[in-house]
Amino acid sequence: MTEIAGKLFTWINTRLPIVNTFERHLSKHPVPSKVNFWYLFGALAAVTLIIQVVTGIWLIMPYSNTEEQAFSSIEYIMRDVDYGWVIRYMHTTGASLFFAVVYLHMFRGLLYGSYQKPKELVWIFGCTIYLAMMAEGFLGYVLPYGQMSYWGAQVIISLFGAIPYIGESLELWVRGDYYISGITVSRFFALHVVALPLVLIALVFLHLVALHEVGAGNPEGVDIEEHLDDDGVPLDSVPFFPYKVLNALVAIGVFMTVFSIIMFFFPEGGGYFIEMANFQEANPLVTPDHIAPVWYYAPFYTMLRAIPDPLGGLIVMASAVAIFFIVPWLDRSKVASIRYKGIYSKIAITMFGVSFLTLGYLGTVGVTEVRKTMSVICTIIYFAYFLLMPIYTKYETTKEVPERL
Amino acid sequence: MQDKDKTRRKVLIGLTSAVGLSGLPFAATPFIAAWNPSAKAKAAGAAVKLDVSKMQYGQQIQVSWRKQPVFIVRHTKESIASLDLALPKLADPNSDQIEEPYRGLNPSRSKSPEYSVFSGVCTHLGCAPKYFPEIEPKPWDATWNGGFFCPCHGSMFDIVGRVFKGVPAPTNLVVPPHMFDGSILTIGEDKEL
Repeated sequence: MTEIAGKLFTWINTRLPIVNTFERHLSKHPVPSKVNFWYLFGALAAVTLIIQVVTGIWLIMPYSNTEEQAFSSIEYIMRDVDYGWVIRYMHTTGASLFFAVVYLHMFRGLLYGSYQKPKELVWIFGCTIYLAMMAEGFLGYVLPYGQMSYWGAQVIISLFGAIPYIGESLELWVRGDYYISGITVSRFFALHVVALPLVLIALVFLHLVALHEVGAGNPEGVDIEEHLDDDGVPLDSVPFFPYKVLNALVAIGVFMTVFSIIMFFFPEGGGYFIEMANFQEANPLVTPDHIAPVWYYAPFYTMLRAIPDPLGGLIVMASAVAIFFIVPWLDRSKVASIRYKGIYSKIAITMFGVSFLTLGYLGTVGVTEVRKTMSVICTIIYFAYFLLMPIYTKYETTKEVPERL
Repeated sequence: MQDKDKTRRKVLIGLTSAVGLSGLPFAATPFIAAWNPSAKAKAAGAAVKLDVSKMQYGQQIQVSWRKQPVFIVRHTKESIASLDLALPKLADPNSDQIEEPYRGLNPSRSKSPEYSVFSGVCTHLGCAPKYFPEIEPKPWDATWNGGFFCPCHGSMFDIVGRVFKGVPAPTNLVVPPHMFDGSILTIGEDKEL
C-alpha cells in the first residue's frame, strides 16, 4: 500500500514540483531567527482573506442583487437561513479585522523599513493590495442597499463628478442610472465577488513571491544574508516550517478569539463595523442626519471634508493613499529600523500615528469649527511625515546597526 | 544582411501590433457601453408632472425625478422681498458660475415668480439638504434667515437654493429644466429650452 502511494507520489512529483516548492517556500525557506509580534500580521491578513473568500461564497448563495430584494435578502440571510447570521457577521467582522491587521502590517513596514532596497516591489504590491481592498470594501458595503450603503455610495460616486469636463458623464456611466439603483448594485456585486477578488488573490501571490525572493526583514534591520553557513543558509535564520508556522498558529489562536468575541457579542462594533443607518432600506429621498464612513475609511474621509473644494478634496484623499507607493524612495536613511534611526524619525512616526488616529476619529463624528481646524492640522502632519522624510532621514544621526541578529 | 533582416522583422512586428491594437477599441466598445444607462433606466428617468396649486405658502415639498429629490418651494411676497437680506452671505447670487436655464427671469430662479424648483442634491457630495424656513438663530448660523442646511457637511443655501460663502458646496443648487402649464408643473422637460 505504502509502496503504491510512494510510486504515485513520485509519478506526480516528476510532473508537478511539489517537493521543490514545499522546500523552497516552506521547509527550507529561511526567515530571520528573531522577530517580534509586529511580524505576525501578514499571516493574520492571509487568514482573514481566506475567511472572507469562504464566507463570501456562502453569502452569494442566498443574496439577491436587485433593487427590490437586495435589502430584504440580507434580512432573509439574518433570520431565515440557518446560521446565515453567523456567516454574515463573520464576513462583516472579517472585513473590519482585515483592515485592522493590514493597517498594523503597514505600520510595521513603516516602523522597520520593510520597503527598503531590495524590498521595494514587495511594498508596492502590498500598497496595491491595500488599494484593491479599499475598493473591495466599498463595493461590498453598497450591496445590502441600506441607507448608509446608498448615501455612502452617493458621496463616493460624486467624487468622480468632481473631475473636470468628464466628471458628470463618468458618474452616470459608473452608476448606469440616474441614481444608485439595482443596476448599480448588480454591477458592484459582479466587481465585488468576481473581479476584485481575482485581482486581490493575484496580488497576494505576487506579494509573497517577491517577498520570498528577497527574504523577510527583522526589527533590527540586520541583513541576515551577510553571514551564511557552508550551505549558503543565513546563520541568523530558521526554516519557515515549522518555526514560523507554529509561531503564527499561536497568533491565529489569539486572533480567532478576538474575532469570535466581536462576531458573537459586538457584530455591529458599536456602529463602527456596521453603521446603524444601514439597518434601514435605502431611500434616495432622505439623507441620514449624519453620514460617516466605516472606520477604516474614516481618516481619508476626514481629509476629503477638510478641503472645501470637491476636486481638491479628491486629489488630497487620493494622494494620501498614493503617497505610500513612493515611500521606498522617500526614506534616505542608512538604517532600516526605527530602533537605529535618529530622534527626528521617531518624532515623525509618532506624530504620524497620532494624526492618523485623530483623522480616523474625526471622520466618524460630525463637523464643528474646532474639528475642522484639527482635520486640516492632522492632514498637514500626515503629508509632512512623508514629504519631509527625505530630509529628516538623511540629516539625522543614526545608531550603528549590529553585524548579527 | 543581418541588419536588413532585423529591420524587416521590426517593421512586421510593428505593423502586426498596430493592426492588432487597432482592434482593441472595437473589442472594448461593448464592455464600456454596457455600463451606460439602459433603455429601461432611461425610460424610468422621464419627466414627472404634478399640480402645485395645493401647496401652502412657505411650504416646501420634494418630488422624485430620476429618484433624486427635487425641491419645490412656494414663496410668499414677503419671502421673495426678503431675498436681498441674504445677499452678503451668498457666494454666487446671480448663478454666474453655473449653467442656469432661467437666469434673470425671476428672483425665484424658476419659470414662475411664486415657485422655486431646484434639485435637492447638494452640489458638494450629493446629500439632500434640509429645509429650515424659520427666521431664528441656528447652531450653524446665528443670523439664519430661512433656507436649506445640508446635514452631511454643513453647506447652507437660501430659500431659492443659492449657496452661502465659506461652505463645502461650491455652487448653487441646480435648477432642472421645467415648465408650468397653469398649476401643472413638469420637471425634466421644457419645450421652450
